[in-house]
Amino acid sequence: MLNRQGRPTAPGNDNGTAITTFTGNRGLDHEELLSFEQDAPGRCGVDLPAPPKTTERLGGLARRDAIGLPGLSEPQVVRHFVRLSRKNYAIDSGLYPLGSCTMKHNPRLNEKAARLPGLGDLHPMQPVSTVQGALELIDTLAHWLKTLTGMPAVAMSPAAGAHGELCGLMAIRAAHRARGDARKKVLVPESAHGTNPATAAFCGYEVESIPANEEGRVDLDALARALGPDVAAVMLTNPNTCGLFERDVIKVAELTHKAGAYFYCDGANFNAIVGRVRPGDLGIDAMHINLHKTFSTPHGGGGPGSGPVVLSEALASFVPVPYVVHDAKGFQLVEHEGAGGHSFGRLKGFHGQMGMFIRALTYMLSHGADGLRQVAEDAVLNANYVMASLKDVMTPAFEGPCMHEALFDDRFLKDTGVTTLDFAKAMIDEGYHPMTMYFPLVVHGAMLIEPTETESKDAIDTFVGALRHLAERAKAGDKERFAAAPLLAPRRRLDETRAARQPVLRWKPPAPAQAAE
Amino acid sequence: MRYLPLTDPDRRAMLATIGVKNIDALFRDVPASAQLAKPVDLPFHQGELEVERVIMGFAAKNLSPATAPCFLGAGAYRHHIPASADHLIQRSEFLTSYTPYQPEISQGTLQYLFEFQTQVALITGMDVANASMYDGATSCAEAVLMAQRVTRRKKAVLSGGLHPHYRDATRTLDESAVLAPADPDGVEDLGALVDDTTACVVVQNPTLFGHVRDLRPLAAACHAKGALLVVAVAEIVSLGAITPPGEMGADIVVAEGQSLGVPLSFGGPYVGLFATREKFVRQMPGRLCGETVDADGRRGFVLTLSTREQHIRREKATSNICTNSGLCALAFCIHLTLLGEAGFAGLARLNHAKAGQLADKLAAVPGVTPLNKTFFNEFAVRLTKPAAAIVEALAAKGILGGVPVSRLYPGDTSLANVLLLAATETNTEADMDRLVAALKEVL
Repeated sequence: MLNRQGRPTAPGNDNGTAITTFTGNRGLDHEELLSFEQDAPGRCGVDLPAPPKTTERLGGLARRDAIGLPGLSEPQVVRHFVRLSRKNYAIDSGLYPLGSCTMKHNPRLNEKAARLPGLGDLHPMQPVSTVQGALELIDTLAHWLKTLTGMPAVAMSPAAGAHGELCGLMAIRAAHRARGDARKKVLVPESAHGTNPATAAFCGYEVESIPANEEGRVDLDALARALGPDVAAVMLTNPNTCGLFERDVIKVAELTHKAGAYFYCDGANFNAIVGRVRPGDLGIDAMHINLHKTFSTPHGGGGPGSGPVVLSEALASFVPVPYVVHDAKGFQLVEHEGAGGHSFGRLKGFHGQMGMFIRALTYMLSHGADGLRQVAEDAVLNANYVMASLKDVMTPAFEGPCMHEALFDDRFLKDTGVTTLDFAKAMIDEGYHPMTMYFPLVVHGAMLIEPTETESKDAIDTFVGALRHLAERAKAGDKERFAAAPLLAPRRRLDETRAARQPVLRWKPPAPAQAAE
Repeated sequence: MRYLPLTDPDRRAMLATIGVKNIDALFRDVPASAQLAKPVDLPFHQGELEVERVIMGFAAKNLSPATAPCFLGAGAYRHHIPASADHLIQRSEFLTSYTPYQPEISQGTLQYLFEFQTQVALITGMDVANASMYDGATSCAEAVLMAQRVTRRKKAVLSGGLHPHYRDATRTLDESAVLAPADPDGVEDLGALVDDTTACVVVQNPTLFGHVRDLRPLAAACHAKGALLVVAVAEIVSLGAITPPGEMGADIVVAEGQSLGVPLSFGGPYVGLFATREKFVRQMPGRLCGETVDADGRRGFVLTLSTREQHIRREKATSNICTNSGLCALAFCIHLTLLGEAGFAGLARLNHAKAGQLADKLAAVPGVTPLNKTFFNEFAVRLTKPAAAIVEALAAKGILGGVPVSRLYPGDTSLANVLLLAATETNTEADMDRLVAALKEVL
């Protein structure tokens, strides 16, 4: 249909996905070369003043060769990274149901706070007298974390969850050593995050895996049998990676302590219980808190995170340096312990992930004690609602209510020829980031869905509708469509085998063309 | 509460769909003794304005380098961050995405990681680099563990020019590491400590005290005994002016990348860089991004060689590191892309000249003795009085006048009067003159 100027007024009937374009672009989705492929020698995206005239003091070690960095102007750089950004899925653009990762809304107030002059620009080695507000902020965040967990102490410096695990286990090792008790083993349930056994091994411990029972919880009898005088610690995730609360957690703590071991809790799923349950009331000795999960500091495409570790009285004196103390002169930073100190040492440079502390405290102040409790309740409500809305077409892995994430297995795909991976990739074409797949390992073809508390009922209803549709299509025998998915993303499935067999880990300039004779 | 979309009618409808009476029913697996009946004893929720006021209250109690001339370094450096870099890292699709496990919808993150790895390899003069670590100190510690895996030897020797935080983070993971005494004059020779049991020697260049060292003799001594040379770089901008460690024989280069794109932020989050030789890549810790093709043959990127990693290998992983420092790596990548070849070298020249200017001015101050013949943008001076007290006196005058070495070596009285001073493109000549005048008053 054309208007009077000959301009079409209605779209045609072409199958859009079949179109190929001259540029390779697809409308708003632009193909983008590497920055290295946009080089013009001498071009630059910054202007610098002429240096003052001085003598060179590099001891004859001045760089002689060109580095090989590309030259781009500022508009090119901005366009390059904006185009790249548009190839990413993000929580700001859609529901991100990645179980165990807690992809919740990241408030922009937190970003603003972290950039305030007097916080974002502080040098870590400024005299302590000039950073009293910064130390007070760290102390305030520590107070919130201790109050929410019911624990007496917290180590603030770990840079991420896995780093927090390392901190907790090193404190445990130091505590055993202080008693002259060298223990060799750490018990880890088989449903644990991969970081748990990796961390225990990293600390020099032998790792013994404890099986899950039929209800997706740790097998208490197996745990009791494995406990003994050579066990240093039990590492348990609670709520666990099946999205279930470990009902026997208090019993686990008792058994662990009776064996002279310490009880480490992976706090990755604290989001489910914050404000309603205090880990300190469960007999836990150490627990890391992923500020980038429960307390909403942005995931940033893979960090930076922050993983403070709350500690029981028994472990409190083994905290890493540095830590903040308060005395008559104000806030002090203990960077070195004198003789008689028990600290196991230092984990990283400077004082911890201050930028993340500011964001997390801003988030906590926004929600308050009442709001954080509501966070846990809404997170659990949303997950159970997803479970209830899908249980007739997908197969929940375990009976009963879940906590903040709903775990399904692949029984509903039996005989359809569609795998968990295919199912997840088909979600991409429906506009969703897939859920966590094939984890936890205790469930076949696992699909772990964590909607978080920041999704509305409408958003979840649409998401549920999409999953129901996909489940029905899988059962209807539409397996080719699943095997080909995704078709509507910036890329189709990538060849990971080739990437691993012939690793290309950096750009290299193309070989120069043969000179003409 | 502004971050929670559910309304009470929503909640009631959802509970009905689930088939329970109230929210407590969903928490029934939690032992009753551990259930809190009411919110914990902390303030209740507040609006944006009120929260911002609280945070600004903390900020107001600090002395901001935005208003006080700042000559601090010692592993963290005040540099100008281009406006576009901080804007771009706040793009929703970068800021609020997860680790790129689904490559079809994560090509943005994956492509910049590939570019980042290339940039790091190029400026360090190495073959390959990973997708980042937590910070320079943790990179350093992981490098020692990697050298021990590669050589199947235990002994690590840590230079007296290595930043004490790097040294201590390393000692936390390897208690047996051998420490050389502090080297304020930049004269140590570690070759004699290398033997058939040595896994690696770790040196910093420029050193903590600012000296620029020729590492080739040490590299030769290491390689003659089958040990690796690990080089730490705390000020990455230096590589725009100095011969890169890769050219001087380094086997592993670790670095703090904060100077490019990442705010000082009181010490973190920062970005650790990690680069090595091609032949060691499978022993390298951390995430790696690699090039491949998709089902239609188009170029794309994926996380690769993950058989080294904890989520696959569990207790057999090369490291427990999971999340790295993605957004800081992006900031680094954007800043370095803006600089390019000309800008990176130019920024380095400018830093070196600024430090030269500061050194010349300080050399004329009575009571100040320079310790460096060589430096990049930071150097050490010996004062006639304890440096910590002088720094406090300068702070009282609104000047952030350097880092007293006693803060890093608290027990070593021979270093009590040594002060580290850095100058970058952010320091004006007027700042320097203010420092000089104030020093004359307090010394």
